[in-house]
Amino acid sequence: MKKTIEGSIAVAEVARDCGPDVVACFPITPSTHIAETLDKMYTNGEIKSYTAVESEFSAISMLVGASAAGARAFTTTDSQGLALMHEVLFAAAGMRLPMVIVNANRSLSAPLSIWNDHQDSVSERDSGWIQLYCKNNQEAVDTVPQAFKISEDTNIPVMVCFDGFYLTHLVEQIDIPEKEVIGKYLPKRKAEYKLDPENPITMGMYALPTHYQGFRIDLHQDVLKAAENVKKEMEAWGDVSGRKYGNGLWEEYHAEDAEYLFIGMGSVMENAELAVEKMRKEGKKVGLVRIRCYRPFPSEVVEAIKGKKGALVFEKAVSMGADAPLYAEISSAMKEKGADVPLSSYVGGLGGKDITVGHIEQMFGEIEGGPVKKVWDGETGAPKIKKSLGAGEENGGA
Amino acid sequence: MVKPELENKELFKSGHTACAGCGVAVGLRHIMRALGKDTIVVNATGCTEIFTSAYPKSAWAVPYIHCVFENSAPVAAGISEALRAMGNDHTKVVVISGDGASYDIGFGHMSGMFERGHDVLYICYDNEAYMNTGVQRSGATPWKAHTTTSQVGKQIRGKMQFKKPLTEIVAAHNVPYVATSTSAHYADLQQKVQKAKEIKGPSFLNVLMTCVPGWGTTPSLSMQYLKDAVDTHVWPLMEIENGFSKLSMKPEKKPVEAYLKGQKRFRHLTEEDIAEIQEMIDERWDHWVWKEKVDQERKAGLEASE
Ligand SMILES: Cc1ncc(C[n+]2csc(CCOP(=O)(O)OP(=O)(O)O)c2C)c(N)n1
Ligand code: SF4
Ligand SMILES: [Mg+2]
Repeated sequence: MKKTIEGSIAVAEVARDCGPDVVACFPITPSTHIAETLDKMYTNGEIKSYTAVESEFSAISMLVGASAAGARAFTTTDSQGLALMHEVLFAAAGMRLPMVIVNANRSLSAPLSIWNDHQDSVSERDSGWIQLYCKNNQEAVDTVPQAFKISEDTNIPVMVCFDGFYLTHLVEQIDIPEKEVIGKYLPKRKAEYKLDPENPITMGMYALPTHYQGFRIDLHQDVLKAAENVKKEMEAWGDVSGRKYGNGLWEEYHAEDAEYLFIGMGSVMENAELAVEKMRKEGKKVGLVRIRCYRPFPSEVVEAIKGKKGALVFEKAVSMGADAPLYAEISSAMKEKGADVPLSSYVGGLGGKDITVGHIEQMFGEIEGGPVKKVWDGETGAPKIKKSLGAGEENGGA
Repeated sequence: MVKPELENKELFKSGHTACAGCGVAVGLRHIMRALGKDTIVVNATGCTEIFTSAYPKSAWAVPYIHCVFENSAPVAAGISEALRAMGNDHTKVVVISGDGASYDIGFGHMSGMFERGHDVLYICYDNEAYMNTGVQRSGATPWKAHTTTSQVGKQIRGKMQFKKPLTEIVAAHNVPYVATSTSAHYADLQQKVQKAKEIKGPSFLNVLMTCVPGWGTTPSLSMQYLKDAVDTHVWPLMEIENGFSKLSMKPEKKPVEAYLKGQKRFRHLTEEDIAEIQEMIDERWDHWVWKEKVDQERKAGLEASE
């Protein structure tokens, strides 16, 4: 059903309709509205359980217990909250416990900032969680049911990432899938193993060097294999909802015949779509590749980059003292697959620094002269254009 | 005292790798027989986890989960919520975690669990230090005791701080059933476990358990030291039910020296130290005797006026 609704509330409604048994949250801007909405739903009897815990550490720990007991478990957080969960994120994945976090991407301290970037979730890329990044609120509501399905089919936890403020607090028209549609798509969880006195098992054991590596590499292999589940669920969800986002792993936009590509993740890619539309009208052959599934990392995305005159990776994350993470991974995949395309790296948009359509045009322009590696500082006096997407204000709104 | 109905099968199996004379292994066996089969155990990182769950072997005949060091309380809360949401109203969720997990690193999360009132029995096995990592001080380590992080040197002689009063702190959360016991007082322990198990809501047991290398004793004296801890009033056995405290035993007081002597962690104590400890123990004991009197009179008064 189409509704004009805030992104957070829409996500909460879909999370509710996925029928979670256990929800436990702790408030942190900008994910708080999701938590508050779920709490309200609990007080109205719309979800079975909601616990307002004393920390994100307890929220994720409750999810571990709940999932181990065979329940469907959900939480939302971001930034410091996700960082506080760090230790348990690894344990949850290692224990092969399905669960879903919606992460409302926000920067990390210090300095403190409540605004958007991807440093929080990108820092958890090695935790064993599947990570899906959304470009808009429609995709966020479409991704939550898929996340539960993928997670419960693979016994790997899934993090749905959508940008704090740019999306969480944006009021726009969203087509919210009906509860019946979700119910049909997402059957009740049937746990392969659980804490059950009738059939006692021991979970979370310790392993000596003879076994430890085997467990970790099994998880790694299974996360890689989960790419098939991500693709399959995109198809399946597309069939019931009529909406698809690329092949589930990445989404291309005018990429096929493009000479130059802009590669990135999250809501900035909607602005990038506007930039491409505008530049195409001006006869410039530009296109986009949006990484939707960051873990498992879809290295086959290189096929979409091969043969271009140039490509740039724009990302809202830094690996302190090294190349930017997404750039480094794309560049290594290109090398491995023999794609000899000049690749540029732009880091920007940290702590909510707006990335406008004009900025994206400028970046496209810059890489024509050869590969660039830089921090995009934003305030370039680029022309701002009016567009009718999202908040409808100016180009920063999407 | 009611004789507890015990599970006739061992639910905590032999073949684990605890040290000979480990007071924790003895305690776990009694606790599990008192809990019975319809139990899910949540355990923090620590000695118990290590000596019971080396893949691919397990000493647990009930469902068991370990996640990390500081989160057994919220993991248990999650299981308890899940059981409720899925319509299981009989299985008891029981945390069994060490003093390091309970007094220290998991303290805030445990407090949150008690404050919210999840249906979980939390058992702290208190061996008075971080034993798994080689005997470091915890909030439960007694005053003056030697550990590898409260060493005895020229200027400082053992732990400078007093033991955290965890039992009272938990009781202050309005937890309806709080009690202390030891591995050696197994009838007392089993009875309290069964009482706690019947509570719908949170309950807490703080159970003193010997650590042979940590305390610096020998396996054959492991139970004797726990008996001495109670007989010297170092570790009073009590129950705090709905806020009303009651001593489970009022043994004739043995001098504290009977407990301290022979434990290597206390061997550096001077006569003055021992006298000072004796004074503190007497004061605490008098406090509990007084508190029991006040509480029980108040309880009787409330019951009479009902
Ligand atoms: C976050 C974290 N810090 C430190 C450790 C190392 N560690 C494992 S068990 C333990 C001490 C456990 O002490 P306690 O809870 O008293 O249990 P015990 O070993 O005495 O049975 C420590 C410090 C850890 N596993 N996790
Ligand atoms: S170190 Fe202490 S607590 Fe750990 S197994 Fe040995 S005796 Fe038991
Ligand atoms: Mg200990």
